[in-house]
Amino acid sequence: MNQELLTVAMPKGRIFEEAVELLRKAGYDLPPEFDDSRRLILEVPESGMQFILAKPMDVPTYVEHGVADVGVAGKDVMIEEERDVYEVLDLKISACYMAVAALPDYSPELDVAPKIASKYPKLTSDYFREQGEQVEIIKLNGSIELAPIVGLADRIVDIVSTGQTLKENGLVEIETMIPITSRFIVNPVSYRTKADRIDDMVDRLAEVINGEEQA
Amino acid sequence: MTKLFMFEKPQGMRDTLPELYQLKQQIKRGVTQEVTQWGYEFVETPTVEFNETVGSASAILDRQLFKLLDQEGNTLVLRPDMTAPIARIAASTMKASERPLRLTYDAAVFRAQQYEGGRPAEFEQAGVELIGDDSVSADAEVISLMVSSMKAAGIPTYQVAVGHVGFVNALLKEVLGNEKRASEFRRYLYEKNYVGFRKAVEQLPLSSLDKRRLLELLRLKGDASIIERARSITESRAGQKALDQLENLLDVLADFDVEDCLILDLNLVMHMSYYTGVVFEAYSEGLGYPLGGGGRYDQLLGRFHHEEPATGFGLRVDRMTEALGQAKQSVQKDVCVIYSSERRREAFAEAKRLRSEGRSVVIQEISGIANIDAYSKQFDRTAYYVGSNGEGGVKR
Repeated sequence: MNQELLTVAMPKGRIFEEAVELLRKAGYDLPPEFDDSRRLILEVPESGMQFILAKPMDVPTYVEHGVADVGVAGKDVMIEEERDVYEVLDLKISACYMAVAALPDYSPELDVAPKIASKYPKLTSDYFREQGEQVEIIKLNGSIELAPIVGLADRIVDIVSTGQTLKENGLVEIETMIPITSRFIVNPVSYRTKADRIDDMVDRLAEVINGEEQA
Repeated sequence: MTKLFMFEKPQGMRDTLPELYQLKQQIKRGVTQEVTQWGYEFVETPTVEFNETVGSASAILDRQLFKLLDQEGNTLVLRPDMTAPIARIAASTMKASERPLRLTYDAAVFRAQQYEGGRPAEFEQAGVELIGDDSVSADAEVISLMVSSMKAAGIPTYQVAVGHVGFVNALLKEVLGNEKRASEFRRYLYEKNYVGFRKAVEQLPLSSLDKRRLLELLRLKGDASIIERARSITESRAGQKALDQLENLLDVLADFDVEDCLILDLNLVMHMSYYTGVVFEAYSEGLGYPLGGGGRYDQLLGRFHHEEPATGFGLRVDRMTEALGQAKQSVQKDVCVIYSSERRREAFAEAKRLRSEGRSVVIQEISGIANIDAYSKQFDRTAYYVGSNGEGGVKR
């Protein structure tokens, strides 16, 4: 953790563009190469910032260990990873939700040993435990929709934004679980030792988010 | 189980090699000297305790305890902290000792093994407990002693956040009306989930004024001026009393000359039920985790059937070592006396003489060294007592 620089962990992929747009609206002057860079670390010395581009699932890890001061992470990742970081702001970007899906002919009565495939084993098992159902979980790293089709699991738990992927693979949503948006997260030590800069960042982001809500 | 390789250690366990050991020693010496000079007395307690007593009384979550079974089937824990064992002593064998009691420790504590790096299952903690004094001065003393211990350990930069659980509890109870709801909100603070906290506030059927009071709590972080802001959102006696205590604490800390590294943070809620009053946490710039912390725990001794107020701090030696790690340098050894059997007696006498002067001296027979140049390079000074003739030579 560098004293002068504020290190921001950004999630690559789906959330990235929206997060960059939000930061620009909040007055952070991010250079154009941000939009199509393959580099993993981008420095913006003018504003005393440094960005690290990580897998979305890893952002809270970088922030918890303090190698990044702040970060942008989906609520799905926050629930799954249970990292010791401050969840300061709901950025309200990349809105989607977690859902349970299955093939249209799925019937719970015929389910002897309920098997669920997911990228989120912890979130899934916690959710079903709260529903009073004990399930077996099969952890996959992507293309979860495949699991019911080939018979690896009966149901899946995954993120749904438009429902298009489910439909294309012939699956139906059988339960909506929790709404998901991206969050602004902060390392507990940085939250104190770099309080001024981080508080300023939170205020600027909050202003943009509130402005958009009212618009 | 897969076959173990011979170099493997159980998950989460670490070795300390000479260079790291020296650094650790230097830190511990600093802390030990400081706390001793403040009149705290060292105690030791067993590594293993009962889960039912010390395990359940400690501030560490049940699933984070390192558990074992004894021969009668009792669940044992490797002590997860030193506060609970010291509370046990204070409430039993040292019950009759004069109060206030000032005790200190430096011991290994244990946590359940985890697969992720950076989370050791065993690490050392150095700290103090001040038992039997419920005054703000006692809290201030413990905070100041923690600060001067960090300084004595050589930590270059540090900051201490101070909060008051009593204030948070009073405010939540006052606005929310019952303990059940209050504990839900306390959990959000404890989990550092401000987004969840705000959403829960929005969903409650409260007046907009009350909602604003709860949301203001999240912003109570900064210098002494936040105490006034805090006063404006609480009406209860308990809340005002907590703020009086904080104000008082700042006065005492100013007399201790430690106010420079302090920030107030009224959201600091470190454990669900353990702490009862002033709480604090120490940070070093450049390290992502707190160095340590502590606070007032007036109900803990009651769990050992002896009600008594107490306060204390604990610093993690491993994290202090990490905070100092950048300053790591290879350690040059002092003197080496290299001899051959003919002049052994002479060599030993010289080593003895040098040791009496306070030097640290390695004695090594020359036939045991494969590469004399490389070996002697590790030392500041090398003396040779080799061969049947000639004088004892001192090189470099």
